[in-house]
Amino acid sequence: MQTFSSNFLNWDVIQTYLPDLLAGMWVTIKLSAIILFSGLLVGTCLALVRMARLRLLNAVIIVFVDVVRALPPLMLMVVAYFGLPYLGIRLGGFAVACIVLASVLSAFTEELLWAGLSTVSVGQYEAARSTGLTFLQMMGSVVLPQAFGLIQAPLASRIIATTKNTALASVVAVPELLSQANTAQGYSGNASPLTAASLGYIIILLPMVLAARRLERPREAA
Amino acid sequence: MNDFAANFFNLQILARVWPSLLRGLTTTVLLSAVIVPAGLAIGLFVAVVHSLRNHVLRWAVVVYVDLFRAYPPLVLLIYVYYGLPFFGIDTDAFWSVVLALVLNTSAYFAEVFRAGIEGIPSGQLQAARATGLGAAQTMRYVVLPQAIRNMLPDLLSNILESVKLTSLASVVTLPELLRAARLAQGNTVNATPLIAASLMYLAILWPLVRLTTRLERRTLAAR
Amino acid sequence: MPRDAVSHVVTQGPAQKVLELRGLHKSFGPLSVLRSIDLIVREGEMVFLIGPSGSGKSTLLRCCNRLEEPTSGAVLVEGQDILGPKVDINQVRQRIGMVFQSFNLYPHMTARQNVTLALRKVARKSKAEADVIARRMLDHVGLSDRIDYFPRALSGGQQQRVAIARTLALEPRIVLFDEPTSALDPELVNGVLGVMRMLRNEGMTMVVVSHEMRFAREAADRIVFMADGEIVEQGTPNDIFGAPRHPRLREFLSSVGTA
Repeated sequence: MQTFSSNFLNWDVIQTYLPDLLAGMWVTIKLSAIILFSGLLVGTCLALVRMARLRLLNAVIIVFVDVVRALPPLMLMVVAYFGLPYLGIRLGGFAVACIVLASVLSAFTEELLWAGLSTVSVGQYEAARSTGLTFLQMMGSVVLPQAFGLIQAPLASRIIATTKNTALASVVAVPELLSQANTAQGYSGNASPLTAASLGYIIILLPMVLAARRLERPREAA
Repeated sequence: MNDFAANFFNLQILARVWPSLLRGLTTTVLLSAVIVPAGLAIGLFVAVVHSLRNHVLRWAVVVYVDLFRAYPPLVLLIYVYYGLPFFGIDTDAFWSVVLALVLNTSAYFAEVFRAGIEGIPSGQLQAARATGLGAAQTMRYVVLPQAIRNMLPDLLSNILESVKLTSLASVVTLPELLRAARLAQGNTVNATPLIAASLMYLAILWPLVRLTTRLERRTLAAR
Repeated sequence: MPRDAVSHVVTQGPAQKVLELRGLHKSFGPLSVLRSIDLIVREGEMVFLIGPSGSGKSTLLRCCNRLEEPTSGAVLVEGQDILGPKVDINQVRQRIGMVFQSFNLYPHMTARQNVTLALRKVARKSKAEADVIARRMLDHVGLSDRIDYFPRALSGGQQQRVAIARTLALEPRIVLFDEPTSALDPELVNGVLGVMRMLRNEGMTMVVVSHEMRFAREAADRIVFMADGEIVEQGTPNDIFGAPRHPRLREFLSSVGTA
């Protein structure tokens, strides 16, 4: 047991690397914020564009969404980070992580929202339009609130998954929490930084998981 | 344009790296074949434990499920990979990956099973018992058919996620598909292996995505 | 506000044409649903559309505010052809009210919010003004004590009355009713019919698609019978119910039982 705590719960080691770990946690939070905001926004816009029912545009959106949902996010990041340079595009790790993970979130958001929009009854669209509301007013005040309400549980789940995926950015040299912990573990030969990082991620994610749990409850009662 | 094809769709390089990519694919399939059933089994077990209505057990289940849904799989994987040797367990990277990913996916499957079981209205059970059906018959003819149909989209989408998660194994140098592609890309200084691997992932997973979408929409409409 | 003080009649003298349909055609692909419809509705009139299902009554109604786009013909609202390309349909729709069979109240908003939404966004009233109007409208339909209730806490009849208030708030020149009581339990139907009767007495111009034959007989100024996408016969309630001429109308009346 002594070996366990000195290797996994070594406070001295953690203290040594705490500044780096905290810096990494801050990067993780920044990454998450940027990705969540842009992913949700782009996904919503894609679903709205799909309502215009333009065949070619729809096909492009559907292909994009399917491909991005089928491929592992890590694969996408590797392709972007190591493949794009062959096209002369050299993106930094942070940019790659943001673009890839935001694209993944936007794809899932688009699919979920599109399902939600299709489920909102046609009568709602008609009632809103027949009182003279414009398309955007109808969407903003009547349809989108209902559509998001329908998909809030799976969407929350996706948001959590996206936040967890920021750890993948460590593979493309972004100095976020896992990356810092990995480095610290390498230098110190001790697993304690990883314990600290695990705790850091759980501190960020557990509240989100608990909040999502509360969203799931009304659904079960139906 | 020629440059593009040479860098991304180079058939000669593809021919060279094809064997290693295929080996990588086999590892990916092998990993999935172990992780998915294990995750399903443990998830089902955990959900059943939850349904036993014992306060302590329920609490333990909730902690387990929420913990592993909040724990990023990559972090867990690295933790397990570096941590196991400290316990004197010297094993293949394969089993570290399996352990970490099973812990992760079993939590998600447990949630799906729990929701499925609890989602059948008790009125159905009462009606079934009132017509004389036994407990096992009720389970077999009334509860399970509905529960499975309700859970199918969520189960499928979680299986899809599990297969995608196997790509994380590349980080601990397990030679699955992504790692094979990365190595080949580095060795040949060409992006073709990456494109080939992407297409292989798509070939397996795209049908699953389409199926999941169709089922998800039907469930949403039914709610 | 005393109820009889309300009047929707704007002009004095000979009643003007509020709604006119000229040569209206509507096809869904190869299926022709409306054939060459000509109809005039004057101010203060209550016109009932009756006929067997599939006769095109609802489609006709929905063409009037362009929820369905007619294939050809003209729809004139107070003399203006609303099918023209330059028409701002959103502004026009303030003048045409619609009440739906399934009420279509916004479930995530209270009764008051349902009524104020279009007032604020389309008629551009301030929040305070909109609130005053909403209160007055909901009081007018007898729901002043349910202003802040959500639709799910209201009975079907109450929901439909909120829907009527929502439409009246925009001060339409004509209100279209698409089977307003068909989705209601029998004991709630009279509440809604009462509101419709009240509107009629205030001089509102109304076009109603409905199976409530007794109500049609008592309240309508004119009844229009449709079959297979055409207007087959029209006249006063006495003409239609007392002396139906066209065989299809007679057939229809005997199948619904002369109410």
